[in-house]
Amino acid sequence: MTKKNPMSRALVRRETIAGYAFMVPSLIFFLGFVIYPMVQCVITSFFDSTMNRADIFVGLANYTELFQDEIFMGALKNTFIIVIVSVPVTCVFSLWVSSVIYDLKGPICSAFRCIFYLPVVTGSVAVTVVWKWMFNNYYGIFNYVGTSTGLLKQNINWLGDERFALGCIILILLTTSVGQPIVLYVSALNNVDQSLVEAAEVDGATKMQCFWKIKWPQIMPTTLYILVITTINSFQCFALIQLLTSGGPNHSTDTIMYYIYYNAFKLYRYGYGNAMGVILAIIIAVLSAVQFKMAKTD
Amino acid sequence: MNNNTKFNRSSAYKIISVAAITIIAIAFAFPLYWIITGSFKTSTAINATTPQWWPQEWVMDNYEKLFSRQVAPLWELHIPFTGISLSGPEMPAALRWLVNTVFMAVASMVLTCFTSAMAGYALAKKRFVGRAVVFSLIVCAMALPKQVILIPLLREMSSLELYNTIWAVIFPIVGWPFGVFLMKQFAEGIPGEMMEAARIDGAGEWKTFYTIALPLIKPGIGALAIFTFINSWNDYFMQLIMLSSTDTLTISLGIAKLQAENATDFGLIMAGASLAAIPIIIVFLVFQKYFTKGITMGAVKG
Repeated sequence: MTKKNPMSRALVRRETIAGYAFMVPSLIFFLGFVIYPMVQCVITSFFDSTMNRADIFVGLANYTELFQDEIFMGALKNTFIIVIVSVPVTCVFSLWVSSVIYDLKGPICSAFRCIFYLPVVTGSVAVTVVWKWMFNNYYGIFNYVGTSTGLLKQNINWLGDERFALGCIILILLTTSVGQPIVLYVSALNNVDQSLVEAAEVDGATKMQCFWKIKWPQIMPTTLYILVITTINSFQCFALIQLLTSGGPNHSTDTIMYYIYYNAFKLYRYGYGNAMGVILAIIIAVLSAVQFKMAKTD
Repeated sequence: MNNNTKFNRSSAYKIISVAAITIIAIAFAFPLYWIITGSFKTSTAINATTPQWWPQEWVMDNYEKLFSRQVAPLWELHIPFTGISLSGPEMPAALRWLVNTVFMAVASMVLTCFTSAMAGYALAKKRFVGRAVVFSLIVCAMALPKQVILIPLLREMSSLELYNTIWAVIFPIVGWPFGVFLMKQFAEGIPGEMMEAARIDGAGEWKTFYTIALPLIKPGIGALAIFTFINSWNDYFMQLIMLSSTDTLTISLGIAKLQAENATDFGLIMAGASLAAIPIIIVFLVFQKYFTKGITMGAVKG
């Protein structure tokens, strides 16, 4: 033992040097462009900070202002509405689609998977501009189809009406967020232990029982992962808002992400925007932790 | 008898579901169809209150308008921190945006693959001091929305004098730790005995990595490459913050700007959207297999 110790210490040192040598290129970018800005974000959230002027320390003033800012509270509410609607719908819809298509013939299954992934690949800007046209008051197909089938009495200004704007945004968000979960669920369902399924079928289990009792527990880790990424993605919903409504009408479609951008680029209030960023990060961290806890106890 | 009805019911469910999913899939593909056909429609067809489901007349007007709007040098190469720059012939600005986007996506892809392959290998196979700390830092950073750091990142880039250069978009993409995480998953499959054998043969650290590990994680690198390429192509947010002048715009930003300036010229906007979407969709369809692998590997133990 005593003889082995210096040997292993030399080994540890060699491994450490080699390990960091391999890590260095990545760490430069990671620390420089992810961790450093994160630290800066927390620090400047305690300052009154703007362009071309030294920062002034204000303590918690940014945070106390946040909770009295009605626009921020509205943005927080909208963000939660988006998350609460889109996360369950995305998960349930993609689970349903995947459970139907995963055992179809190879090319058919991948064709479906491809089509549901298309809106993601097309890119948020191209997708958003075409939806903006489709929702248009005069030239959009939604109003045309609605009025010609008699569902709508008159043209609706979808994106300019406080009652509909957020709903339209959620609809578009849904089309761009089911692609990845479907890919994940299809691969998870294909990896389910087939012998268990066969055993259950021999014992006379129905398709439904088979699914919920055998397959569902096995794809639970995938479900958890999908929940977490969909939640994060819904919180980040930005391009849609900026290009479709710019937070309007009357701040009714502001989300936290958009409001941070608005503060930074329209009002140049960096410290205040950073305080929102910190709050958003805390909310996401708590939610992810809760989701992990819930999935563990299930 | 009983068995028969059960069979019928479940296959009926299947048929109805497949039919419903087919209809929904058509709806999913429709916006893309609308972009492409819209870009070839005449302005009267576009502004008609009764939409033309299939263009009655195919014209290139929208593309001509898009390409005659602005000009810019086709490429300009600024080598960071040196002040050296080289520029190409004057061309329509939209082509320049495409060149910028391709350059940005390729540079992000190459840098990300290079740094992540090495770091992922080290995290999976090297038992170094502080490994657990680095790894948990990576996992935590991944769970946070990267947009939270936009303001500090913006100020950092302007103090490095990288603001409004394509590098300001590339560097944060490379820093994003998903790639490292993904490569760690792949590198964990490298058998320890093979590395041990290489070491006994007298191979150094670099040679072990290059000759043993790299060939084994190649499929992973392929997945990461295509994943990074597509994601950086579509990373509108970072581009919006970091780039501002006509010469530095990417294609996504270019269309967003077109839309802001000509809100109702839908034909022109659709021509821009086609120009942005079609190249990346082709890339996706060609490399689809790798891409799917990248997504699913990232989720394992996610």
